[in-house]
Amino acid sequence: MITFMNNSDSEEEPCNERTSLMSAESPPVPSYQDGRQASGAGEAQAHRKRRTGSSRSPNNIADGEMSDPGVPVRGSALENEEEELTLKYGAKHVIMLFVPVTLCMIVVVATIKSVRFYTEKNGQLIYTPFSEDTPSVGQRLLNSVLNTIIMISVIVVMTVFLVVLYKYRCYKFIHGWLILSSLMLLFLFTYIYLGEVLKTYNVAMDYPTLFLVIWNFGAVGMICIHWKGPLQLQQAYLIMISALMALVFIKYLPEWSAWVILGAISIYDLMAVLCPKGPLRMLVETAQERNEPIFPALIYSSAMMWTVGMAKPDTAARGPSQQTWDAAEDGRDNHGSSSHADSQMSEMRSPVPTRPITSLEELEEEERGVKLGLGDFIFYSVLVGKAAATASGDWNTTLACFVAILIGLCLTLLLLAVFKKALPALPISITFGLVFYFSTDNLVRPFMDTLASHQLYI
Amino acid sequence: MTLAVFFGCTFIAFGPALGLFLFTIARDPLRIIILIAGAFFWLVSLLLSSLIWFIAVKASDPQDEPLQKGLLIFGVMFSVLLQEAFRFLYYKLLRKAIEGLVALSEDGCSPISIQQMAYVAGVGFGLMSGAFSMINLLADSLGPGTVGIHGDSQLYFLTSAFMTMVLIFLHTFWGIIFFHGCEHRCWWEIAAVVIMHLTVSGSTFCNPLYVGSLVPSYLVMATAAAWAYMLSGGSARNLRRFLLCLQSGASPQLGS
Repeated sequence: MITFMNNSDSEEEPCNERTSLMSAESPPVPSYQDGRQASGAGEAQAHRKRRTGSSRSPNNIADGEMSDPGVPVRGSALENEEEELTLKYGAKHVIMLFVPVTLCMIVVVATIKSVRFYTEKNGQLIYTPFSEDTPSVGQRLLNSVLNTIIMISVIVVMTVFLVVLYKYRCYKFIHGWLILSSLMLLFLFTYIYLGEVLKTYNVAMDYPTLFLVIWNFGAVGMICIHWKGPLQLQQAYLIMISALMALVFIKYLPEWSAWVILGAISIYDLMAVLCPKGPLRMLVETAQERNEPIFPALIYSSAMMWTVGMAKPDTAARGPSQQTWDAAEDGRDNHGSSSHADSQMSEMRSPVPTRPITSLEELEEEERGVKLGLGDFIFYSVLVGKAAATASGDWNTTLACFVAILIGLCLTLLLLAVFKKALPALPISITFGLVFYFSTDNLVRPFMDTLASHQLYI
Repeated sequence: MTLAVFFGCTFIAFGPALGLFLFTIARDPLRIIILIAGAFFWLVSLLLSSLIWFIAVKASDPQDEPLQKGLLIFGVMFSVLLQEAFRFLYYKLLRKAIEGLVALSEDGCSPISIQQMAYVAGVGFGLMSGAFSMINLLADSLGPGTVGIHGDSQLYFLTSAFMTMVLIFLHTFWGIIFFHGCEHRCWWEIAAVVIMHLTVSGSTFCNPLYVGSLVPSYLVMATAAAWAYMLSGGSARNLRRFLLCLQSGASPQLGS
């Protein structure tokens, strides 16, 4: 899910582990005035709504007053500015998500194409116990479906467990869980990755150097992700751990199971975020009630820090009308060797324009950030990586999946601008990606190969 | 040696397009989105045309050589027509998008004009077309091998790179001409684009007689470039002033 950064942090909040987790990402900006929330136009034409109420339920949006697309912008110049800002904000934040998603995919594809370790079959995770080495197609299909069912059930159980923990405020447990999982990613998986890369390029490295490198990498990573650090360094680390996780999935998931799991996980994401009793939605609502941010250690955020002088936040305006931006967490199990869960935040939020223009003199331009859950990074990269690994050495398939995922992300962000509530980021992209993978691999590849052999150009 | 061929062909094929991208498109997020969406539309058109070709091939006798050749020609022509159809669809989509952008802006004008969108859409189509033609070749050019060892042309990689470059440029110019034709209801411009595309694709049937395919393609590119330049408001006078580094509106000075 994708979330937009918002300004629910206040300077008055006591500095505890949660606020310090925030400080790497969210600048404390004053809250938005109620009246200014009236105009919430997005990128599409037909949603210039006038919302005076505080609730942002989808019902309001769905059957609210939709103004005619041809109507010129009404209201004050302020609102027009906000609409324009919302639009620019929309395009800019699409790009702010394109870049990290692209980088993660590039890392995964480059590794898959060069390091042979990640395409060798060396066993399977315990979550996919059924082997696909059966002679008959039907049996193989059945095994992959069973693997998928087991994997999705594990994910559902972990998510529900996480939601229960969150509901009963077992924050320490959750933080310990997250710290353990990122420890494993940053140290163990990096060690394995580095070892394989060095093997591939036949570079010798002694253990003391290796220890120093891994120790520094891991320690700085832990600090950046769980505490404070430069935003770009944190983003880089999150991209790297997503890529590592995706590589693990690509290696250990059997062929057909991987594709069925990708499909099933996007359906699960859709249901978990949109159904009223879905675990992710419940997590979001719980976090909304408590007005707390959800664990930033597993969300990629693209917000920038602005240090313009800000007026004191208007605490009265903060309330139920405040756009909540907690991301729901989705517990996923990754590697079989340990039982840590890689939570995923996949929630999309509408932006909360935070220009305190009416009561304050200074015009601030804060950058509102977009947040995308790391699970989305991971599964996008799994799709593209699998396409790179198994598409008969064909780069066209990888490229097609890449473009399809980016377009899906773009459409999802467009829907976010329209609906302004938590939306899952996986379904559209993964659907496009799967469609383009299978069609490019089976239809386009023979055509392009035939054209290339005759050197014809279309 | 192979690395040199790889880098050389990459930069021949994609260098100008990369320059266009970096200097004109990379700064504006909206243009990047339009670029990627253009690439997506080209991809969908390729998908549909390969579906048709695949069905035709599967339904026919694989041993019959002339039939397969005929089906290939049909596939190429159909693909060209479908690409232009999708260019038209993309034009329709961008028109709607402009209306939305206008409605959302504060001063009633869109942050991007249809001409800029035409250019970016053309680059998107061109990049995707070039990438699909060239990427597999580039990957193969890295590996061990000898070009033309079985008697084929030894210039395969080089001519492919040049062909890709000209095709990227052509798509850019065709985008501008096509959108201009759609805007101003000049159907003959649209027809000219389709005919040019068919000509260029048809000329590649002369390969490996490269003089029959590269030379006409470059001539068509020069024509399309001049035409697109005229349609975008350029003129011989503008060109002369640009080349002599004259300031617009200022008195002409000797170029430094």
